[in-house]
Amino acid sequence: MRAIRSVAVNVFRESVRDRVPYNLVLFAVLLIASSYLIGQLTAGQDVKIIKDLGLAATSVFGLFISIFIGIGLVSKEVERRSIYALLSKPVSRAQFVAGKYAGLVLTLAVNVTVMTVALYIILAYMVWTEPPTIRAGWDAPGTDPRLLKAIFLIFIELMLVTAIALFFSTFSSPILSAALTFGFYVVGHFNADLKNFDRVVDSKAAAYLARGLYHVLPDLSAFDVKTEVVHGLPVTFGYLASTAAYGVAYVTALLLLATFIFSRRDFK
Amino acid sequence: MSPAIRIEELTKDYAIGFWRRRPYRALDRLTLDIEPGEVYGFLGPNGAGKTTTLKLLMQLIYPTSGRAEILGRPVGDIAMRRRIGYLPENPSFYDYLTAEELLGYFAELFGYKGADRRKRVDTLLERVGIGAERRLQLRKFSKGMIQRVGIAQALLNDPEVIFLDEPMSGLDPLGRRDVRSLILELRDQGRTVFFSSHILADAEALCRRVAVLAGGRLAASGTLTDILAFQVHGWELVMANVSPEVLAKVKPAVRNTTEISPGRYALELSLDQAPDRILADLTAAGATLISLNPMRDTLEDFFMKRVAEMGTGARAPMAGDDHASH
Repeated sequence: MRAIRSVAVNVFRESVRDRVPYNLVLFAVLLIASSYLIGQLTAGQDVKIIKDLGLAATSVFGLFISIFIGIGLVSKEVERRSIYALLSKPVSRAQFVAGKYAGLVLTLAVNVTVMTVALYIILAYMVWTEPPTIRAGWDAPGTDPRLLKAIFLIFIELMLVTAIALFFSTFSSPILSAALTFGFYVVGHFNADLKNFDRVVDSKAAAYLARGLYHVLPDLSAFDVKTEVVHGLPVTFGYLASTAAYGVAYVTALLLLATFIFSRRDFK
Repeated sequence: MSPAIRIEELTKDYAIGFWRRRPYRALDRLTLDIEPGEVYGFLGPNGAGKTTTLKLLMQLIYPTSGRAEILGRPVGDIAMRRRIGYLPENPSFYDYLTAEELLGYFAELFGYKGADRRKRVDTLLERVGIGAERRLQLRKFSKGMIQRVGIAQALLNDPEVIFLDEPMSGLDPLGRRDVRSLILELRDQGRTVFFSSHILADAEALCRRVAVLAGGRLAASGTLTDILAFQVHGWELVMANVSPEVLAKVKPAVRNTTEISPGRYALELSLDQAPDRILADLTAAGATLISLNPMRDTLEDFFMKRVAEMGTGARAPMAGDDHASH
């Protein structure tokens, strides 16, 4: 555990030194500017739009961090040869992969937490400034704690995307890893369509292929409950638990596969 | 006593080429035993297979065949790595960290905590001559300073066996001298040092035994005196205050004469010409001895000769080829 923790802390430190937290400033500016502009344009809908925007921005900013740092986690170490000295220490390759992953998840956790706090501050400000008559027309309270359900699933999704990026980075170049991870992300969001592909194509082979891909590729649309929470629709704890379990199982499988590949690599 | 490092028939092939992949043998059936407490020089020209061997020992690459042990444990044993140190060739570290942070990070991996860790890091940085710069990010370090940090991280855990891949690389003369005395200090403490170099002078100053690698194969191994003694092909005598008359007198016995400055000459004598007689003649005529050294082939010459003697060119044949001719 010590080795994993030390590697993880170093990844976190690297992301701080690489100025990753600057994205939080951008996030805050985006939210504040939007809330001001939207407040000028709409009446009653502004809080819903800010919730939508806040959740979407949390997801997109996190996605950029997951992909662009995730793809470099292993390949950068190999490229700059810092891995030579590190692996001569009492650190197994499995611990290295786990530590790298944990470090980026820690970075994402801090990022998502700060964004969540920023979003709630903006929402609290809007609640405070809106007249009670307008507040009465809202589908859900301004500082609705149910937003946390959506944020929780966004975080699990980011963990999954990070695992995909890390998996590709164990054996391919950063550019290819980025393209493949982004491809997985896009396909993952349309995965449910693959399930029913046989309804739109005649070819049995294509239908089987689509069904196979449906089972292999991650179903990322399951992690998206933004619309439900913004409109105050129910999202059960059972759903949260089963979706999170699905995400964690997928992450575990990817990390095991990444470790398997990475453990056999030669560093020429 | 079991050897500190045992290498048996270690072989590494790489696949090269893009479309038609063909194998390339980087290391061919290397067998070596390194005794505990010795400074062992691993010599060879660039591309001889030295770094490949060290990477195999650190399990950064996997062997095609053969095996290796360090301190009686297989090279893949993680616990064994607590007892060894490794300086990679042209080391590169996390440039966003300071020297202090890097060593702190590595010390943590060895289980050092809190004040102990800080103390260990400070001691090591001082030992390699990194002062106030320790709080600068490594991206601001020169190559020589990175090399010093690399040596410090290799000694962090007080290792029993230390692997140094080209430890003098990038160092100025002062740095080279420091590293030499550090290696001797490690030897005096009873540690085993296995270092690779392509510079003969380093090996001469530090090692009792060496292995010479050429084209991925062991060209020679043994004590340095044994393997290079027969390579002495003459003597170089440097004298000052040599008058033209005396020079003319000894000239027939001298193979070659070079005037360094007025009155100062470098005289090349053949191996069968005893230098003491000429030296006596010159000093009797008022000349002063500056130096007398055996003239040897360079290590490069030695490699080339050995490779030629092996009769297979610079690179070892692939597995399955006929080895009977070796």
